[in-house]
This record gives sequence, structure tokens and C-alpha cells, in this order.
Amino acid sequence: MEGSSLVAARIPTGGKAKVKSTGESPLVRWTLITIALLFLSLFLFVPLLAVFVQAFDKGVDVYLAALVEQDALSAIGLTLLTAAIAVPLNLVFGLAAAWSISKFDFVGKSVLITLIDLPFAVSPVISGLIYVLLFGAQGVFGPWLIERNVQIIFAVPGIVLATIFVTFPFVARELIPLMQDQGTEEEETAISLGASGWQTFWRVTLPNVKWGLLYGVILCNARAMGEFGAVSVVSGHIRGLTNTVPLHIEILYNEYNFAAAFAVASILAMLALVTLAAKTFVEWKSEEQMRDEQP
Amino acid sequence: MTLVLKKPFTLKKHSILPGFGLSLGYTILYLSLIVLVPLSATFFKTAALSWPEFWTTVTEPRVVASYRLTFGASLVAALINAVFGFLVAWVLVRYDFPGKRLVDAMVDLPFALPTAVAGIALTSIYASNGYIGQYLEPLGIKVAFTPIGVAVALTFIGLPFVVRTVQPVLQDMDTEVEEAAASLGANRLQTFIRVIFPSIFPALLTGFTLAFARALGEYGSVVFIAGNLPLKTEIVPLIIITKLEQYNYAGATAIAVVMLVASFALLLVINLLQWWTRNRQLAR
Repeated sequence: MEGSSLVAARIPTGGKAKVKSTGESPLVRWTLITIALLFLSLFLFVPLLAVFVQAFDKGVDVYLAALVEQDALSAIGLTLLTAAIAVPLNLVFGLAAAWSISKFDFVGKSVLITLIDLPFAVSPVISGLIYVLLFGAQGVFGPWLIERNVQIIFAVPGIVLATIFVTFPFVARELIPLMQDQGTEEEETAISLGASGWQTFWRVTLPNVKWGLLYGVILCNARAMGEFGAVSVVSGHIRGLTNTVPLHIEILYNEYNFAAAFAVASILAMLALVTLAAKTFVEWKSEEQMRDEQP
Repeated sequence: MTLVLKKPFTLKKHSILPGFGLSLGYTILYLSLIVLVPLSATFFKTAALSWPEFWTTVTEPRVVASYRLTFGASLVAALINAVFGFLVAWVLVRYDFPGKRLVDAMVDLPFALPTAVAGIALTSIYASNGYIGQYLEPLGIKVAFTPIGVAVALTFIGLPFVVRTVQPVLQDMDTEVEEAAASLGANRLQTFIRVIFPSIFPALLTGFTLAFARALGEYGSVVFIAGNLPLKTEIVPLIIITKLEQYNYAGATAIAVVMLVASFALLLVINLLQWWTRNRQLAR
């Protein structure tokens, strides 16, 4: 897009003719823009707006009461705990996977990349189901766990495991293409100048990928805090104990307590907006970084 | 290069960088523990069922009705997204209008907004007393608690996939080809059909398939708006959850296997499509 406007600027005499030959008339242009915006309004803007309008439907007092209520607070606590475990684990995995895949050539690499993406292809409900089949009372390790009085399903460990599964690829798939593009020259130079492996990683690789890494972490976190289907299967919906924020919203909604449901939902909607803002910022930053590197 | 020639049977090319064993070892270990072993448990558990038992479970009328709804609504949603997602990508790449950067950023909303939130929001606006539902009701169109509602939720979920796969390809497209077409006497519509569309098509098809695949497994945004009436508006993931709640693990697993096979087949198709798109772009 920016490229084409540069081309147009370089041909001063052909400017008008170019618009005619490769552009549409203003009427067509504005009709298409209107249809696109109308479609986005119906499916994106109105639903987002509805969350906030309905959240404050019964006034600010009801809104605040819904957020500081005991069950809501424990749901928020559990969601924060889950994200605090799942995101760092997937971050370390993402770095390890991206390092091995982008810096070395080995047999079976494309198979490995496909396997890393696998959790995206699996329905969230099935992502929860697989852990029930492993650790549930009738599961593969069920009897063994019951004997030792360890509960994973319908308890916090199951929620964390299911969340790790659904957010598994985010950091890795953000880093792999980025680090592949950057090649290995800089790292090889650092090593041959006498830097250790960890020094090279911290001082050369990490600064080069920091924006992509941050973006992966932001996406991973958003999904970890908002996951519904997978967590729903393993949670058991015990109020105050195994309810995450999305599950708490479901309960409130099914009890026809709409104002409270939307009040709690508005926190997650704000999280989504922060995620989008952070994404835009990171894109802008990495474009800047790329411009600096290729003058 | 010379090293490779000396050792042609190596599994890994020589590199002076350290950490290959550690990073690959950890990657494979973590991947196996979190993804591969649990996923294979599904197939392991299904093996406990005999073939006739498996077949009866996955062909129950209620289950078949849910396949029809899930696949049908996913297909409709992916088609809507293919048309309007393409339009949105086109408008964002080719035209300028106020608020364009904001609109561009908002396209990713379905990725960022938790599905349960999307579900209750869509239900409230498309219900018969909702912002949009109240205008559709007099026309005899019911959206919430009907298959149309399911398609609406799945359209929401799939929207960014088409826009984000088509957008970069449109951006990289050289307008010189269009100029050439125009100077050879093609009108704008002909240029679009003969020149622009064919080069966008692989990306559009990839986006369509990604949106379809995502819609097949979607649960959170659909359960609220679907109404979940047996034989009418039950989606496959809901059937799996219902069976689990009845402690019918074998039944839930059998249906999950059907869905997993469909998902993996689609994953294969997506990989082939992406490979095709890349080749097309490189060839240009």
C-alpha cells in the first residue's frame, strides 16, 4: 500500500491516469467502504459496545458490586493464577522451540512445526476432554491418582493444564518465523568472538526478537485469561474454588443476572482492547526496528 | 556446505551455535507431555469400544443432527467471511478513510475477545428484544436460538482469518500488472476478474479453510446464542460436553475422535494450501 503510493508520487504526469486505470470511481469506492464498515459494525462494533452498555445498564453501583462480590474475586484470582503459570511455561517452551527450529537444520523440522500448531486445530472442548481421559476418575491415571488422593480434574491443576494446552503454540509460532528471517549470522559472529551460548542468547538473539516475543506473550495471556471451552470441561464449576472469570460469567448469565454477567464480561472486554492496543504498538515498534536495520 | 558433502548421512547440519540438544530435547519433551501423550489418550480410549458400539454412538440421530448443524453453519459462516472478509481486506489495503487504522486494529477483536463474552454479547443483540434482533423480528427473521444464530457466532469467530490471510497478499500485489491490463484495454471489472482475483485466490481459499476449521470446534461463543435444542440447535462440541456430564466417557471420546479426524484432515489441507500460496507468491 505504501509502496504503491510511492510509485504514484514518482510519476508526476501519469498520476491522474493511474488512478483511473487501477482505482475505482469514488461512488464504487465509498459504496464498498460503507458495506465493509456496515458488516464490521454488525459483527464487531455493536457486540463490543453492547458489553459495556449492558454492564452499566443497572447503574454504576450494581456494576461495582458485581466486581467486588466474593465469587467474582475468587474467579479473578484463579484466572490470574492460571495465566501466571501457563504463560511463563509456554514462553520458555516458545524460546526453546524457536531456537532449535530457526538456528539449526535438522531432519523432521516441518513435522515438528506442524505438531506445535496442533492445539490450534483441536476444538477447545476436546482439549479439555483429553485431560479428563488421562486424569479423570475413569481415566488412564485415574485409579493411581485416587489412591494417592491427588485431584487434577475438577480442580485447579486440570484448569492450568487445559489452559497450557490451548495457549501452547502462541509464543512459538510468533517467534519461529521471526527468528528464521533473522538467520544465524549474528549469533555465529558472537560465538566466534568468544561469547558463551547464554551470553549470545541474552545479548544478541533476545534483543532482536523482543517485540515479536512480547506480542506472542500478550496473545498467549489474552487466550489464557479468556479460555472457556477447555476450562469448562475440566473445572467442575465449583463456585469460589474452580470457577475462572469466563465460567463465572456463564453462571451469572444462566441465572439471568445479566447486569452482573456483563459487568464481569466488561473486564475481559477491556483486556481484549488492551491486547489489541498492545498489538498495534508492537507492530509499529517492530516496523521501526526493521526500518532502522535496513536504511 | 563442504561439511554436508563429507557427511551425507547426518540428521543435522553442522553448526557452531550451542544449545541444539538442550533446546530440541526440551521442545520435544514438553510437546510430548502437554500435547502428544494427552491427545493419543483419546484414540487409546476409543479403542476400548468395539466397532459396532463406536458406529452406533457416532451415528445416533441427535449426533448426526449436530454434525449437520456444525458443518453446515461453519460452511455458511466461512462463505460469508470469504466474501466480506475479502471486501474488508480490499477496503483496508486499497482505500483511505477516516478511522482506518482503528478499524484495521479492531479486525483482530475476535482473536482477543474471550469467546464467552462474544457469546453473551451476540445473544443479547440478536435476541428478539436486542439492538438488532428487534428490527429482524418483524421481518420474520429469528436469529438467537436458531441455526442462523449459530452461523452468526461462527462468522464472528472466523472473520480475522480471511482478512489477515488476504490482506498481506493484496498489499504485496504490484499495481503494474493492473496498469498493464488497463492499458491493454481491460475495464476495471475485467481486470479484477482476470488479474486481481486469480492472484488472491489461494490466500482467500486458505483464509476460508482456516475460518471453517476454527468454526468446527468453536464452543464458547455458540452455546449462548444456539439455544441448544436437541436435534435442532445442538453443535458437536456441546454433544461431547453433554455426554461427559452424563459420565459417558466412551461416547464423548468416540464423537471427539470423529471431530479430531475432521480437524486433522483440514489441517493437512491448510498446510497444502499455504504451500501453494507461497509457491504462487515466489513464482511472481
